Amino acid sequence: MTAAAGIRTSKEDELRIVRQPLPRHDQAEKVAGSTRYAGDLAFASMLHARLVRSPVPSARITARDASAALAVPGVVSVLFGEDVPHNLIWVDVPGQTVEVAALKASMEVLATDRVRFHGEPVALVIAETEEALAEACDLVSVDYEELPTVFEPDQALAEGAPLVHVAGNLLGEWDIDRGDVDAAFAAADVVVEGTYQTQTVDHAYLESEVGVGWLDDEGVLTLRVATQVVEHYRDVARILGIPEARVRVIAPYVGGGFGGKEDMTVEPYLGLAVWRTRRPVRMQWTRQESLLARPKRHRMRLRYRTAADSGGKLLGQEIDITADSGAYAYLSALVLLYSAVHACGPYQVSNVRLRARCAYTNNPPTSAFRGFGGMQVVFGYEAQMDLLARELGLTPAEIRKRNALTRGDALPVGQMIETEVLLAQTIDAVVDRAGAKPQPSGPRKAVGRGLASNMQSYGRLVWLNDSAAAWVGFQLDGSLSVRCAVPDIGGGQASSLAQIASEVLGVPMDRITVHFGDSALNPLAGTTTATRQLLMSGNAVYEASVLLRDGLLAAAAEALGEPADGLRLEDGLVSGRAGGGMSLPDALVTCRRRNVPIEALGTFFGPKGQPVVKSLQADRVFPDFTFGTHLCDLEVDLDTGQVELLGYVAAHDVGRAINPRSVQGQISGAVAQGLGMALLEEIVMADGMNLTAGFFQYLIPTATDVPEIDVVVLESGEGMGPFGARGIGEPPIGPPAAAVASAIQDAIGVRPATLPITPERVLDCLGEDLSPGTVT
Amino acid sequence: MTEEVSLTLTVNGREVSRTAGAHLTLLRWLREAAGVTDPKYGCGEGICGACTVLVDGQPTSACLVLAAQVDGAAVTTAAGLLEADGSLGPLQRAFHDQHAAQCGFCTPGMLMAAAAALAGGRRLSRREIRQELHGNLCRCTGYGPIVDAIEMAQEEAGQ
Repeated sequence: MTAAAGIRTSKEDELRIVRQPLPRHDQAEKVAGSTRYAGDLAFASMLHARLVRSPVPSARITARDASAALAVPGVVSVLFGEDVPHNLIWVDVPGQTVEVAALKASMEVLATDRVRFHGEPVALVIAETEEALAEACDLVSVDYEELPTVFEPDQALAEGAPLVHVAGNLLGEWDIDRGDVDAAFAAADVVVEGTYQTQTVDHAYLESEVGVGWLDDEGVLTLRVATQVVEHYRDVARILGIPEARVRVIAPYVGGGFGGKEDMTVEPYLGLAVWRTRRPVRMQWTRQESLLARPKRHRMRLRYRTAADSGGKLLGQEIDITADSGAYAYLSALVLLYSAVHACGPYQVSNVRLRARCAYTNNPPTSAFRGFGGMQVVFGYEAQMDLLARELGLTPAEIRKRNALTRGDALPVGQMIETEVLLAQTIDAVVDRAGAKPQPSGPRKAVGRGLASNMQSYGRLVWLNDSAAAWVGFQLDGSLSVRCAVPDIGGGQASSLAQIASEVLGVPMDRITVHFGDSALNPLAGTTTATRQLLMSGNAVYEASVLLRDGLLAAAAEALGEPADGLRLEDGLVSGRAGGGMSLPDALVTCRRRNVPIEALGTFFGPKGQPVVKSLQADRVFPDFTFGTHLCDLEVDLDTGQVELLGYVAAHDVGRAINPRSVQGQISGAVAQGLGMALLEEIVMADGMNLTAGFFQYLIPTATDVPEIDVVVLESGEGMGPFGARGIGEPPIGPPAAAVASAIQDAIGVRPATLPITPERVLDCLGEDLSPGTVT
Repeated sequence: MTEEVSLTLTVNGREVSRTAGAHLTLLRWLREAAGVTDPKYGCGEGICGACTVLVDGQPTSACLVLAAQVDGAAVTTAAGLLEADGSLGPLQRAFHDQHAAQCGFCTPGMLMAAAAALAGGRRLSRREIRQELHGNLCRCTGYGPIVDAIEMAQEEAGQ
């Protein structure tokens, strides 16, 4: 059975299992310590593999020699780019049936004659032990002739800049032109402008990139890896020049993804090592490698000019975005597209001029990261809203409510909002919940309260023809199996599917098993990215479950001589209205006697639309959006610039909370990650060398950095996911940095415009002279 | 070749003797020599706490000590918190009920930090619980549910 996308709804009182805060089915194993992550599997006689990476940011490779490395006892193989059957990774999103715009960028699996960033893979070493591997990697000889470098996107786009790629440094470019911007600004009562700078940040999941690969008994190359995308088996097959059907990717429970395991990490190298040696191989990137070289979040410069009338109504936006793509394309062009589409935020504005560009540099590549370009812009548009509120003497809450999008409004790109928007309710909710503003703890302390709202799409770009499939089948004892290749990266992706099936089929959660994350044995469900899995695999499981229920009830009705619409499927029983009924196993026997299937495949297709061109204008870009508002209370130490977070409230309309605890977990986790970006985290580069390749240097929030987070879950009962659910994985990471900046502005009167907001930057806002030798 | 050494540790109440490289950290010895995989590699620098185990009751970053340094010691990992019948122990039950694991990768180390914090028997405030966890990073939960779980565990223990 197949089903197309549309708006779904549900009523609270009709739901039995959905909306219950049930323990996720993966919790028991995780707290017992028995969950086997990708790095926890071991084979006897397993080999180990490691990459030799470029020590310089830009160079021509003039010579490579593996002889000394090969002489180390225990070393099995040293591979260079020439040893890779098809030494190219195309920038494409796996499984999609349409090319990404006109972009045809590629990178080598192993660089052969040119490196473009510090940490780029150059050779793959395979050895019997980790010890031999370490010794051999140091002995692989590569000669580099250093080439000119460029690290700032502006400079990269300037005339005469060193070329990172021969075709030029401009990687992606999008424009929006809507309405009459010049007339809007001419008619404005107030115009505010600002320039905002976000930084490069790392996903910093606790599980670094890792996997074990082997050839199975049928000769299928099997890679059990930490990934958000089992469909990368296609890429591995293409690189090795073997049929896609000969490669299988298994994603066990993943130790965090956040977009960092969306592009391939260890997969091509592991595949290559297994294919060449015909033996099981393990590869784990160290934390230092992960921080050094895996793609990161785009640093963006956001320039905003915003026009409004005296009532605070937005008249026009003029926006310029420049992003650092680093050395290779990866998903940068699409990330920038998200930035462009989300750049005006959850507000109605009719006149918009936007220019967005991303440039190649010799910095580490940047790619997918929770929020995917739709989150950096929050730091810009919310600063503008606060500036307008100040100019006009409105509260931050009031100016946002006056401009909030509502159903039927069109985004600047042209897409109409089709579902209910509870933005104003999220604003009221956080203000109500926060209560009175705290008092300063001392004389040289200032307390501030900040507010930030956002919108973020859920589901993939509509021209990617997204789909997901799931198989749901009864066992003869009435227990239930769900098969769906969704990777579970910690958000409860698999457990939510069990809860959806339980709702429809009345099978208790502890009698449902979800088989997930296997590209060969499960129906493919696509990537666990883009806040799409609840929408996509959730709907696929829902469709399969409904098909199964309807068939079973029809068969049982016939056997019982009652109308099917009077029967209910609950707790393993088929109950009739008159009190009669039959057990589920009996009903299943009845089905089999009548040739009614007791298993079903559900395939769900996402909303469709036409691909965009550089000048953005589209009826639909994304399936739908999730809206929310955060409020932050903090205290600034006026002498040290230190910021202490005192309280935090986050409210989002999730349409329908399939599991409220999972929803709360997604929101509070995203808040913590967003607060890290606000105050602590930054990949620091010096002339192309990454100075933050370790958790000693790259600081993520600890339990003492994160305040108590109060999560308010609103349910409009309307969305495109099953039962009217909206996606919530990415949306809550948008507001934190803006909410913190807003609160600091409230406390000290000046808004930090550069992330992260370190004590030094706060003192800078306070007008402290931080030059050496200054005595204060 | 690297020098090998025979060590005997009591891991979760079970005596384990292995001959392995003398240079192995306790984390690698547990995972690679003894097949005990609940302590995780997260950073190798003693920052993230994913490898936290108890060594003679003391919370220890297993990536920072050599196994040879703790020869003869009693090591407890998350699996050591299970009841004798294999069911979840009280602290694990609290983590389970409070939804304190999302990706779950920090959880084994987080549990050991929590076990050490509660071993003192003194009732901890939420702020004190957070301080006890400052050596254990979590990137998924925002920490609140973990603090909830530890609070619940100490309440149930009558602390």
